[in-house]
Amino acid sequence: MKQVTLTIEQNKELAANAYEMVLRGDVSAVTRPGQFVDIRLPGRYLRRPISVCDCEPGRLTLIYKVLGEGTAEMTRMEPGTELDVLTGLGNGFDLSKAGDDPVLIGGGIGIPPLYWLAKELIKSGKTPSVVLGFNTADEMFYADEFRALGCEVTVATVDGSYGIKGYVTNAVNKRFSQYFACGPGPMLKAVHALPLPGQLSLEERMGCGFGACMGCSIKTKDGYKRVCKDGPVFDREELPW
Amino acid sequence: MVDLRTTLCGIELDNPVIPASGTFGYGREFADLYDINILGTFSFKGTTKDPRFGNPTPRIAETSSGMLNAVGLQNPGVDKVISEELPALAKVFHKPVMANVSGFSVEDYVYTCGKLDEEPQVGWLEVNISCPNVHGGGMSFGTDPKAAAEVTAAVKKVTTKPVIMKLTPNVTDIVSVAKACEDAGADGISLINTLLGMRIDLKTRRPLLANTTGGLSGPAVFPVALRMVWQVAKAVDIPVVGMGGVSAAKDVIEMMMAGACAVEVGAANLVDPYACRKIIEALPSEMEKLGISSLREIIGTAC
Repeated sequence: MKQVTLTIEQNKELAANAYEMVLRGDVSAVTRPGQFVDIRLPGRYLRRPISVCDCEPGRLTLIYKVLGEGTAEMTRMEPGTELDVLTGLGNGFDLSKAGDDPVLIGGGIGIPPLYWLAKELIKSGKTPSVVLGFNTADEMFYADEFRALGCEVTVATVDGSYGIKGYVTNAVNKRFSQYFACGPGPMLKAVHALPLPGQLSLEERMGCGFGACMGCSIKTKDGYKRVCKDGPVFDREELPW
Repeated sequence: MVDLRTTLCGIELDNPVIPASGTFGYGREFADLYDINILGTFSFKGTTKDPRFGNPTPRIAETSSGMLNAVGLQNPGVDKVISEELPALAKVFHKPVMANVSGFSVEDYVYTCGKLDEEPQVGWLEVNISCPNVHGGGMSFGTDPKAAAEVTAAVKKVTTKPVIMKLTPNVTDIVSVAKACEDAGADGISLINTLLGMRIDLKTRRPLLANTTGGLSGPAVFPVALRMVWQVAKAVDIPVVGMGGVSAAKDVIEMMMAGACAVEVGAANLVDPYACRKIIEALPSEMEKLGISSLREIIGTAC
């Protein structure tokens, strides 16, 4: 973990309720897809944990959803604004388990961390399949970005306004070697029920984001674990769901 | 050169800054970030007789200038703290540590304090009779002077280490609880634990915390904490450790003027992991600005 000052380079609306923020500065502590950063916002006491969507030296991309007043304020932040950010938090995905035919399964605002993961998997010679889920076509983002990487992308929308009507689990129909999933709780539970090996990135309300407060603990088969420090990524076998 | 040293129940501290229990774990996470030997000491995570998972999530909610928590004393239990956490801590922290203890019965407190009494790393026992987030324990002892005295007296029998009773602000008369502890043999008083609070999720129309209520901490509580520290420091003859919303060097100085001989820093560690180091580094210049040459000379100037 590293506490750094990052400068907003770009902050724009991507789809209904989803925003993309590009930050510049020292992001050397961010080492693995699936990690997150924790941003201090002016006038807000607790930081906002947001998963890393893409990372290259000196440059970090985040996609965030407006959930409350804090994230609503974030949408109004101008390029040039400096932010106090804790970087390189969480364990990230374990790419060594990907196997020959991995699939990335993302739901809504759980999709961003899978983008950098896709890039890293491709670098290691394993182009993943991608399944993205949204409530409706208006909320869709990054399907084309994944396609541009060379991934085969399947989209499911709950209302059927784009792609397959239904949930991401309706679109996972193959014996993949490993899934990497991130999304809302009910989606993760449904994915966990699939008879496939995989890793799931969980979300929980956090206090500190670096393992000190025990605010985000979950029960695993191996005792209690902190989503922020021991996770957010857990192997399917660890979760007693 | 200004003098940051202070004394807590006969043990000298290099400075009065002590990370508060529940915001610093057993030191590991912070030892990875900076040399925690710069601290006066720290109070480790509230430890109970048996392991505890704590409350369901969400356990955390934000407030204006603060936060609510309802962690519910998650900890690995005293046996594992002694077999795993303390040996790991010994590698990175070379000062006496403050052992924070909680329980659900007088026997629980006695058992856990008795075990920790045998640990040479432990300098003080901070006995938490003030946790607002567990049912049938914690705070129920701290809201009744008689029960507070009973825990104090029972713990004193099983330890030779200084016993600091940690009090809850959720009472009508804090002084009567503090005095009851002093009369029962307490070596010190620490206060305040969190203030009982609540938030509701406007969208779901339901309490935000799974536990419904939680403890409020952060800068929002500082004036309340300061007032209670001042009230207790005036009323007792034993050392008082002040805490509640302390986030800057000037807050430490203000707490000491209210009568605290040492100061715990809680929620600030969670929003800035380097908060305590920054406070310690800022203390000398803050003292010089105010013409303070030794922190000892300002303890209780407002009393």
